[in-house]
Amino acid sequence: MSASATFSSPTSENVGLIRSLVVDKRRRSFVLVVLCTLVGAAAQILIKQGATSIAQPGFVAAVVAMFTNLPLFIGYCMYGFNAVLMILALRDGELSMLYPIIALTYVWVTFLSLWIFHEPMNFFKSIGITLIICGVGILGRGKKA
Amino acid sequence: MLLVIFASFIGSCGMAFLKAGANRLAFNVPALVRNWRLTAGVGLYVISSAFFVMGLKRGELSILYPLVSLGYIWALLWSRIFFGELMTKAKYAGFALIIAGVVVLNLGR
Repeated sequence: MSASATFSSPTSENVGLIRSLVVDKRRRSFVLVVLCTLVGAAAQILIKQGATSIAQPGFVAAVVAMFTNLPLFIGYCMYGFNAVLMILALRDGELSMLYPIIALTYVWVTFLSLWIFHEPMNFFKSIGITLIICGVGILGRGKKA
Repeated sequence: MLLVIFASFIGSCGMAFLKAGANRLAFNVPALVRNWRLTAGVGLYVISSAFFVMGLKRGELSILYPLVSLGYIWALLWSRIFFGELMTKAKYAGFALIIAGVVVLNLGR
């Protein structure tokens, strides 16, 4: 009796925990869309890196480079993956909540540019980042209407 | 400037189609192929980014980037009209902060 109780009680607790994390569709779609912004930001950085390394100008060269230039290719693949994540998020979440959260991409891109391209930080950027993060926080916390 | 406003409009339409398609999502190949709303959504998104790049090439970056925030206003409209999503005070507050953030962030570029 006591053995089964000590065995079963943590298990049911775990099940409750997993349920609250995974089955809560609203939270899952929020996490998915945040993941989406991370992937999107990485894709933008790769595409910028790839685009600056293309030797020839022109539309045809750009299309060829999408398949021959590794950073560009990976970047566009990540965009595709991004779309899949977004669709999965939209399935369970509200458009009016998820769409503005995509603005987080700007935040990640700013940080990544700071780190990789050594673009300088300034007053406007830091205020903008703070505002976006606060806004996303409010949308993420807000109770379902 | 018109190009960028148009791009934000088309982009948000694309997102609305993605949402409509996602509501009808089924995980098998024929159903995914027949889900024209998803295809339309992705297509509109690609077209919108093309217009956006065209607009950026012709205009002043610091004015055009904040116009992208218009997309959030369109998306809010579609959410109410087509999906009947309720607007709460928290949503409006989050919206306002994010739009302000995007505008201010792009002033710093």
